[in-house]
Amino acid sequence: MGLDIRTPIGLMFGIFGMLLTGYGLATSGSAIYERSLGHNINLEWGIVLLLFGGVMLWLGRFRRAGPRAS
Amino acid sequence: MPQGIELGGIDYVILIVYFLFVLGIGLALRRQTKTSEDFFLSGRSIPAWIAGLAFLSANLGAQEMIGMAASGAKYGIATSHFYWVGAIPAMVFVGVFMMPFYYGSRARSVPEYLKLRFDEKTRTFNAVSFATMTVFSSGISMYALAKLLELLLGWDFHASLWVSALIVLAYIYLGGLTSAIYNEVLQFFLIVLGFAPLVYLGLRDVGGWDGLVAKLDVVATSNGYAPGAWSHSWANMGSASANPMGVEWFGMAMGLGFVLSFGYWCTDFLVVQRAMAAHSMAAARRTPLIAAVPKMLFPFLIIVPGMIAIGLTHAGSDFALPKMADGSWDYTMVIPQMLAHYFPPGILGLGLTALMASFMSGMAGNVTAFNTVWTYDIYQSHIRKDATDAHLLWVGRMTTIFGILASVGTAYLAAQFNNIMDFLQLVFAFVNAPLFATFLLGMFWRRATGHGAFFGLVLGTVAAALHHGLTLPAAAPVGIKGGWLMAPPLHAYSSEMAQNFWTAIWAFCVCFVATIAISYLTRQKKTDADLAGLVYSLTARPREEQLAWWKTPEGLGALVLVLAIALNVVFW
Repeated sequence: MGLDIRTPIGLMFGIFGMLLTGYGLATSGSAIYERSLGHNINLEWGIVLLLFGGVMLWLGRFRRAGPRAS
Repeated sequence: MPQGIELGGIDYVILIVYFLFVLGIGLALRRQTKTSEDFFLSGRSIPAWIAGLAFLSANLGAQEMIGMAASGAKYGIATSHFYWVGAIPAMVFVGVFMMPFYYGSRARSVPEYLKLRFDEKTRTFNAVSFATMTVFSSGISMYALAKLLELLLGWDFHASLWVSALIVLAYIYLGGLTSAIYNEVLQFFLIVLGFAPLVYLGLRDVGGWDGLVAKLDVVATSNGYAPGAWSHSWANMGSASANPMGVEWFGMAMGLGFVLSFGYWCTDFLVVQRAMAAHSMAAARRTPLIAAVPKMLFPFLIIVPGMIAIGLTHAGSDFALPKMADGSWDYTMVIPQMLAHYFPPGILGLGLTALMASFMSGMAGNVTAFNTVWTYDIYQSHIRKDATDAHLLWVGRMTTIFGILASVGTAYLAAQFNNIMDFLQLVFAFVNAPLFATFLLGMFWRRATGHGAFFGLVLGTVAAALHHGLTLPAAAPVGIKGGWLMAPPLHAYSSEMAQNFWTAIWAFCVCFVATIAISYLTRQKKTDADLAGLVYSLTARPREEQLAWWKTPEGLGALVLVLAIALNVVFW
C-alpha cells in the first residue's frame, strides 16, 4: 500500500499549528508582536495551520487516492 | 549589512520537525523502491495533482524565490511577465500538445525522446549539456543557501552546506524520484503557508494595495520614469527606455514569452520528469496545467514582497533594504530582510523553514534529473548497454551520491571563483536557447532528420554565442556581458535582459532554419513506422471523451489561458 502524501503533510502542519498556537497563547501581549504590527501572528496563523493540517488529514484518511502502488 | 536574525528555541523546534518529516518520507518510501523505473520515474504511478505541484516546486529553487523578489523591487509588477507571459502559455502548450509524445513514446527522459525521434548524437549532446548544467545549478543553489544562513544567522558556511546536502542525499537515495516529488509537494505548501503571512503584514504596513501603488509612483519618478512604471506590467513596454527592465514589447513577447519560456518549460527534463512520472497519459497531460494555476498566483507571493520592500525603503519607513558595498540597494535581501523585520519568534521559524525548503526543492529537482539522465542516457547507452535493471538501480543510487558530491564541489567553486559560474551559465544559455526549435520541428514535422536536428542545434548555439559577442548592454564592460567579438559592438541594447531575449530569438531562428535546410539535404533514415507516437501527424490523438470538458487537457488549458489573459489585463 502506497503512502498517501496528504497524511504526512497534515501531520506536519498539525504539529506546526499546535506549536504556533501554544507559543502564541504563552506569549500573548508580549513586546515581540510589535514587529508584526501588533498582531499576535503566532496565534492567528497557528489556527490557520491547524485547520489546513486537519483538512489534509481528513482528505488523506477518507479519500484514498494515493499513488497506485504495485 | 543586512539585519541579523536571532532564532529562539521555538524556531529551532520547527526547523527540526521539518527535517524529520523530510527524512521520514524518504524512509517510508524505501521499501517501495525496487526497480529502476521506481527510482527514476516513480514507477509511473503519481496522481496528476501531486505531479502538478511537484512540477511547480522543482522549479521553485533559490534563484526563483530570491531572484523574483529582487526583480519585484527592481522592476515592479512587470516582473510578472516571467509568469503570465513567460510560463503559463508554455505550460499549456507542453500539456496539451507535447505531452502525448513524451509520455506516449514511453521515453524515460527528454534526451531519450531525442534518441527515438532523431539519433544517438543528438541525444548525447543534449544529455551531456543537461547533466552538467543540473550539477552546476544545484551547486549554485547550495552555495546561495549556505551563504545566506551564514549572513543571517551566523551559521558556519561549511556545516550548512554539508548538512543540507546530506539531507537531500538521504531522501533521494532512499526513495528516488517519488521521495523527491513527495517532498516537493510538502515544500510547496510550506512555501505558500510560510510566505503568505509575510505578504499580509507587508501589505498592511504599506497601506494596502492603494498605498503600495502610491509609494511605487514615488519610486518610479525618483528613478526618472513615469509614475506607474512599477505598478503597470504592459503600459510602459512601448519602448525600451520607458520601463526599468529596458525591454520593448516585441523582445518581451518573442524572446521571453516564446523562445526562452517554451525552451524551458517544454524541453527541460527537470520539470518534464515530473509529468513523465504521472500514472496515466491523462494525468501526465494535466500535470503542467494543474501547475499553471498556482504558478499564475505566485507573483502575489514572491514579487509583491519585493514591491513592498522598495516602496517602504523609498518612503523612509522603518523598513529599509540594506545597501551593497557600492551604495546600490541589495535587492537579493528582500525576503530575508522582510522575514527579520516582520516575523516574531515562532512564525519566524516557519518562514525560515519555508526559505530553506525552497532551496532544497531546487537542489533535489536537479539531482533527480541528473541521476536519471546520467544512468539512462549516458551510462546505459554508452558505458554498459547490457546492464540489468538491478544494476541500473544501483548505478542510480551511486549517481545520486556522486551528483551531490559534485554539487558540493561546485558550491565551493562558486565560493572561490564567481566569474567561472557566470561564464558557465552563459555557455548553458547558449546551448539551451535554440532547443525549442529542435523539439518543435521534431514533434510536428516528420521530415526533420537526425543530422538536421544535431547540426541545427550546434549552429543555433553558435548563433547565440556570436550574437552575444557582437552586442553589449548599455554601460556594461566588454567581456562576460558581451561585445568580445567586435569593438565597438555592432549593437548596444538598453539592458542585459533585452540582450538575453534577443540572443534567444536569434538562436531559435538560426536553429529553426538550419534544421529545415539540413533536413532537406539529408536522407530521412526513420520510417513512418519508427516515428509513430513521436510525430504529430503519425500519432493517434488521445481520446478522453468520458471526461467533463473542463477536465480534458484542452478545456483546462483554455481555462488557464483565459485566467492568465485576465491577469495581464487587470495589471496592464
